Amino acid sequence: MSTNRRDFVRAGAAAAAGALLLPRGLGAQPAKRLIATPTEIFEGEIALEALNAARDAGAQYADARVGRYRRQALNTRERQITSVSDAESYGIGVRALVDGSWGFASTATMTKDAVVQCARTAVRLARAARTTQRRPVELAPVAPVKGTWITPIVKDPIEVPIEEKVALLFATNEAALKVPKIRFCTSGLQLLREVKTLATTEGTLITQTFIRSEASFSATAAGDGLVETFSEELPPRSEGWEYIESLDMPAHAAEWAQVAVEKLSARTVDAGRYDLILQPTNLWLTIHESIGHPTELDRAMGFEANFAGTSFVSPPEKMINKLKYGPSLMNIQGDRTQEHSVGLCAWDDEGVPADKWLIIDKGMFKEYQTTREQAAWVSKLSGTKRSHGCSYADSWDTVQFQRMPNVSLLPAEKDVTLNDIVAATDRGVMIRNRGSWSIDHQRYNFSFSGQAFYEVKGGKVVGMLKDVAYQANTPVFWNSMDMIGGKSSYWLGGTFSDGKGEPPQSNSISHGCPPARFRNVNIVNTGRAV
Amino acid sequence: MSPKSLFDQAGAQFLSREDAKALTDKILAFSKADETRVNVRSGWQGNTRFAGGQVTTSGNGSNTVVTVQSTIGRKRASATTNVLDTDSLRRTVELAERLAKLSPDDPELMPELGPQSYPEIKNYFDSTANLTPEQGAATAHKAIQTAEGVWKESKGSGDLFMAGFLDADASAAVVATSRGLFAYHRSSNVRMSNTARTPDATGSGWAAANARDFAMIDPVFLGRRAAMKAALSRSPVAVEPGLYTVVLEPAAAAQLVGQIGGALNARAAEEGRNAFSQRGGGTKLGQKLFDDRVSFYSDPSDPDILGDPFDGGGFPGSRHVWIEGGVLKELQYDRFWAQKKGVAPTTGGGGGRFGGGGGFGFGGGVRMVGGTKSLDDLIAGTTRGILCTHFFYTNVLDPRSMMLTGLTRDGTFLIEQGKIVRPVKNFRFNQSIMQMLNNIEEIGKSDRAESGSPAPPMRVRDFTFASLSDAV
Repeated sequence: MSTNRRDFVRAGAAAAAGALLLPRGLGAQPAKRLIATPTEIFEGEIALEALNAARDAGAQYADARVGRYRRQALNTRERQITSVSDAESYGIGVRALVDGSWGFASTATMTKDAVVQCARTAVRLARAARTTQRRPVELAPVAPVKGTWITPIVKDPIEVPIEEKVALLFATNEAALKVPKIRFCTSGLQLLREVKTLATTEGTLITQTFIRSEASFSATAAGDGLVETFSEELPPRSEGWEYIESLDMPAHAAEWAQVAVEKLSARTVDAGRYDLILQPTNLWLTIHESIGHPTELDRAMGFEANFAGTSFVSPPEKMINKLKYGPSLMNIQGDRTQEHSVGLCAWDDEGVPADKWLIIDKGMFKEYQTTREQAAWVSKLSGTKRSHGCSYADSWDTVQFQRMPNVSLLPAEKDVTLNDIVAATDRGVMIRNRGSWSIDHQRYNFSFSGQAFYEVKGGKVVGMLKDVAYQANTPVFWNSMDMIGGKSSYWLGGTFSDGKGEPPQSNSISHGCPPARFRNVNIVNTGRAV
Repeated sequence: MSPKSLFDQAGAQFLSREDAKALTDKILAFSKADETRVNVRSGWQGNTRFAGGQVTTSGNGSNTVVTVQSTIGRKRASATTNVLDTDSLRRTVELAERLAKLSPDDPELMPELGPQSYPEIKNYFDSTANLTPEQGAATAHKAIQTAEGVWKESKGSGDLFMAGFLDADASAAVVATSRGLFAYHRSSNVRMSNTARTPDATGSGWAAANARDFAMIDPVFLGRRAAMKAALSRSPVAVEPGLYTVVLEPAAAAQLVGQIGGALNARAAEEGRNAFSQRGGGTKLGQKLFDDRVSFYSDPSDPDILGDPFDGGGFPGSRHVWIEGGVLKELQYDRFWAQKKGVAPTTGGGGGRFGGGGGFGFGGGVRMVGGTKSLDDLIAGTTRGILCTHFFYTNVLDPRSMMLTGLTRDGTFLIEQGKIVRPVKNFRFNQSIMQMLNNIEEIGKSDRAESGSPAPPMRVRDFTFASLSDAV
């Protein structure tokens, strides 16, 4: 199915009239209506020009993606601002498929001539790639869709006056600096609004507006010749200013700063094996690195071999329904429909509706993350013919490829709390928040640190430790998990900056999880006197 | 100036000096602030990515990004746009000024710079700027074909899996201030890397190069090296983790010693937050910290570095010797901290950086001074040791001892009696760079390694491998 100018104009008019198309899974929280502005109608038309030019130049399929991005960042230390910035970026990227090979080109010049030239360059790149082709690209079918979607928010964070933002950060710092021994502190805000219009030669025309907010805080304490820093884990969310307000940073800053002070008198850990209790503020990153990345199908098939690496979850025929990733209490869900998560969308960058599925079911590996191009590679093994909707590009000038959805560890049915896990542990180490991280290129051997470490003895927290990192092998580690928290202990972490691909692109994802216990894990002492 | 003409062809497109001057003059004329700085980065980039022996994605694009930094009294803020019509540029200036007015005073604010003189550095090459899509695909194809040929010659069965990336860019960096500074510099970059994996998935090899001039990139050499390493690294054996003598190839060495650049920040050192802080207060300036042969300098004019002549604030790059004969000779002072401490600044920067980053804004990092021996000489002089091609996911465990963790990758071999005897499984290392630079046995001839910061191959004793990794 192809798209003509009339379809585009009609879609714009429909959006203006408030028509909405919601994919499944988003019914619980209706998205706001978006009125198509003259700009959006213009963008639809210019995308159509690009598609026509790509087709005229010989593309059998093409998509055009217009991006309008606004990114605001504020950073402070103590009683001063270290940076205030506000950036907009606008342009179009065209992806063309010629005889089964891809080409992509982009331009920031939003004129008819420039986008036509851009589309022709994409086709020229595809033809050049075609000379090396061994396996042509085949796209899994997707129903063409027209519609608009906006992140459900209360208050657009970009529009909040800068004074209010600065006042919030300064009040936070002031509260931290009142804590004895606190010498430095930092705080910051990152606020994003991204409007993305996707048009394809198959007839899809969608505009999505993404709004995301994140705050940061750290405090540094000094005493007795020692310096210790504590960073609180304040995850990014697909929410507006109401989320930043709900963090109530000024009210919590002293309590966070106090952890840095407590670290000054922490005992250095005795290296060895311990039962490890990971709070969700630490565990989310371990899920990201040791489950999220290895279950990306492009990694498993070698497409990232030259950079991010491949995956131990390979080859697919030996893994799907065969790899025992962890114990039966382990259920891992891929999900781009999760409320407040930063991976939340209505459609991916190929127009595939947001999906939710089990990657690991009761410890057994079931399905990879896929795009339209990848679905057919494993459909006979997994039984899923459609894409799981994992296509994403971080800008109008980068090509979309397979990126991680939100990947989360589901909580236990029974309502186990963190305290219950501590009470059941005889000799353990508990870790709060993320510290240093490192994992090999097939995702077997990893090392994670944290921000605060606690010694657990006889079912009680008995003191603070320092110089802690846990280093383990992914399948051994996950198979050692024997306790997880229930729904009330579930927490959603995440990041704006998951890197992958060449040239590297940044992806926003969330990872939810309860606290969990892992048995007999190797803990190394990272301290060295020099 | 009309941006339209910039984007109507494949190949390098960016602002000329004249267009850049017209653009920055126009923006500065909109300004009502006490001081204004305009930064423009205008450039083209083109890339070709391959996997499974074929090009998978390739991209090409141009963009011109304008950042306006406005100062009103002691208040400062910036706004950025890539929309270059008059209304948008005016809006961007107004936004920067509005944000500045709303910001509190910055006690560390330094005035914008006036005219400066810069070193002449030629790091722009037409060969890179005019790289075509067809050349990109052909270059990838050459590496793939060469690697597959090497694999067949080595009587390998099945198909070698080749993946890699060729990436070129050409751009102009522009700085203009309301104090009369106008600086324009164009540069180009090209990088190519490729990874060969054996069909039994037990061997992997990697090779990479980077240059300013595309003519310096040799896909045949890179394809051959990756394939040879892959073939040699098949079926690695597990060697017990522990303390080993290691021979680090230049890429591996650069990944470790490159950390030194990030620790040279004077303020972080004085505030007790990095490896050059003296416990109890002060810094380790003037102290002998490393082996006699350890020296580091930065110099944008160095032919192996070819950095940019100025940083984002228009501050001129120059030569600095940070460590000489193992002694910490100099720390990096930005303009504010230098003024506060009564020393000459070594970098621009508007204020101190909390994290202690080095902030080398000249497109090149620090260089570790090399010796005369080749990598092969270093291997030949090793009684027993581990050869490391490069590392992966290197991250800091403890900034105060520069304690790093990371993993070996794509070619890790056991050396005995001066010869590579067998491939070994990959390791995780936990290693303090402060300690490592005291455990040097030999330093070889410096090479422009992948990171763009030249580093020499090195033989180092007592390098800590903490555990094995099954990753290939």
